Amino acid sequence: MSTAIKSYLPPVIEPDGDGSLLEVAMGPHHPSTHGVFRMDVALDGERVIRLKPVFGYLHRNHEKIGEKSSYLASMPYTDRLDYFCSLTNNWAYALAVEKLAGLEVPERAQYIRVITAELTRIQNHASSIGFLMQEMGASGTPLMYAFREREKILDLFEELTGSRMMCNYMRFGGCRVELPKGWLEGVAKVVAGLPGFIDEVEALLSGNEILMARTQGMGVLPAELAVNAGVTGPMLRASGVNYDLRKVDHYGIYDRFKFRVPLGDHGDIFDRYMIRILEMRESVRILEQAVKDIPAGPIMDPKSKIRGFRPKPGEAYGRIEAPKGELGFYLISDGSPNPYRYRVRPPSLINLTVLEDMSLGHNVADVILIFGSVDIVLGEVDR
Amino acid sequence: MLGEGMMKGLAETGKNFLGSFVSAERMTTVQYPEERIAPIENTRDFPFLVYDGADDASDEAKLAGLRCVACQICEKECPPKCIYIVKSTDKKPDFVGKPQIYPARFDIDISVCMSCQICVEVCPFEAIKMDTEFELSTTDRFGGLLLDREQLSKSNGHYRAIHPTEAAEVDARLAEEKVKAEAKARAAAEAAAAKAGAAAAAPKPVAAPAAAAKEPSV
Repeated sequence: MSTAIKSYLPPVIEPDGDGSLLEVAMGPHHPSTHGVFRMDVALDGERVIRLKPVFGYLHRNHEKIGEKSSYLASMPYTDRLDYFCSLTNNWAYALAVEKLAGLEVPERAQYIRVITAELTRIQNHASSIGFLMQEMGASGTPLMYAFREREKILDLFEELTGSRMMCNYMRFGGCRVELPKGWLEGVAKVVAGLPGFIDEVEALLSGNEILMARTQGMGVLPAELAVNAGVTGPMLRASGVNYDLRKVDHYGIYDRFKFRVPLGDHGDIFDRYMIRILEMRESVRILEQAVKDIPAGPIMDPKSKIRGFRPKPGEAYGRIEAPKGELGFYLISDGSPNPYRYRVRPPSLINLTVLEDMSLGHNVADVILIFGSVDIVLGEVDR
Repeated sequence: MLGEGMMKGLAETGKNFLGSFVSAERMTTVQYPEERIAPIENTRDFPFLVYDGADDASDEAKLAGLRCVACQICEKECPPKCIYIVKSTDKKPDFVGKPQIYPARFDIDISVCMSCQICVEVCPFEAIKMDTEFELSTTDRFGGLLLDREQLSKSNGHYRAIHPTEAAEVDARLAEEKVKAEAKARAAAEAAAAKAGAAAAAPKPVAAPAAAAKEPSV
C-alpha cells in the first residue's frame, strides 16, 4: 500500500489481566442516546477497548427522495434532517439552489435569514448543553432551563413560519412570507433576555466542581485529528482550530456583522461546552446588530418562481455554518425539474466518526458524555 | 473553596424556585388540557378546502361554493404525495359564475401529510388553506385519518376566524378578481349588443363602449 493513501486506524489499547473482554451493545435505544443509535463497545472492566458506532436505524432515503422530487418539494424534507435547526437546513439548501440557478437574494431576506439562523443556533446550543447535563446526571434542571428559553424562540418561529420545528420557511431567492407585525419587536425582546439566560446557565454550571471533574481532560480531540477527520463546527473550534464558515465564506451578509469566533485550548468536553456558551453570546451580538439594521424592501427575487422551476444544467455546492458544523448541499442539475444528484454533507455524521478515538481508554460512563458532547441529531446522521 | 461552584448553582435554582411564587414570568408551565395558551395566528397543521357560504351549509351548498377546480397542481407538487383528486365529468359555476370542473373526489391522508403548506403556495385559486386544529386523535388509524371532500370542506368564515390577516388579503384579491370578471362580462355583453345593433348601423362605434367599460377595472 502506498503511504499516501495509508488508512488511519485508531490506537490499540491492550487489555489488562487475562484479556477477556465484555462486549456490550449500547443502544439502539439506550435512554442516554439521542435517538436510535448503537455503540458496540468492548470493555475491559470499566475501560473501553474498542468502540464501533452503528447507525442507519433512522435511514429514510432522503437523498433519493430529493432526486425524485422537484427542487421545491425537497425543501420541507430538509427540515427533517436536523430537526432542531430546520431554518439553517433550509438556508443551506436554498443557498445551493440559488448558486445553481443564479438567483439573487434581496437585502431584507438576507437579514431575515441571519436573524432566524442565529436564533436557531442559540436554541440548538442551549438544548445541546441541556442534553449534555442530562447525560451527566443533572437530570432536569439545566435541560428545563434551556427548554424554557427555547420555547420563546420557537414561539417566534411559529409566529413567522407557522410551525415550531418544521419551519419550511426559506425559498430560492428569498423567504416565503413577510415578517408579521410586531415580530421584530418580539425578537428584540427575546434577545434582550438572552444574556440573562446565558449568565444563569453559567452561574448554574460553569463553576460546578462535578462538571469540571467529569469533563476536563475527558474525550480529548487533538486539532490534527479533528482537521484530518473533517470535523467542523464547535467540535473543531474547541480543539483550537480557527475555522468558522461565517468568517471564511462570508456567505449571506455575515461580513457586515462584528462578532468573534471563540476557540478552545484542550479539545475536551469542557471546552466544547464552553465554546457553545460563548457562541451563544456572539450570536446575541449578531442578532442585536441585525435587528437594528434590517432594511425595508422586497423579500423575494422577482426572477424566482414557485412552479415550473428548472435551473440550467450545472452543479453547485452550498454550505453554511450550521449550529453543528458545516452543512453542505451538493446538487447537479440536468435541466429537468428535479436534481440529477442531491447530496447532503451532514455535520453530525462526520463529527461522529471520531467518537472511537475520543472514547478509547475512558470509562464506559464517560463514553455517554463524550457522545453527548459531539451534539448530534440522528435525523441528520442517518438521513 | 471546594463546593463553591455548586453552592452558586444551588442559589440559582433557589432563585428560580422562590421567584416562581412571586413572578408570573417564571411560571412557564401550562396545564395543558385545562389551560390553553392563546393560538398563534400563522400556525398551520393540515390543509382544508375553502368554500364560499355559511358555516353550517348542507353538503350540496358546500360543493356549490367550493373554490377548488380540480386542476391537480397540489396533487402533483405535494412532496409526500398525500393528495388524491378525481376530476368531475360535469361542470359547476365558480365564484364569478364561470363554469368549471370540480373535484368529484378529493382525499388527503393526514397520516402522511407533513404540513409543509406547499399545496397552499402553489394553488392559483385560493382553494386550499392550512387549518389550525391539532387534536385529531382517532381510534381508526387508516380510515379515520383519510379525510374526504366533505370532511375537508370548511367555510371561508372559518378561514377568516383562524387566519384573519391572511384571509383579509385573500378576500380583497378575490373581490378584485370578481369585479374584473364582472366588468369583462359586462363589456362582452355590451359588445355583443353593440355588434347586434351595429349590424344595421355603421360598424365604427363597436370598440368604443367596450374600452370604456374595461377602463375602471384596470
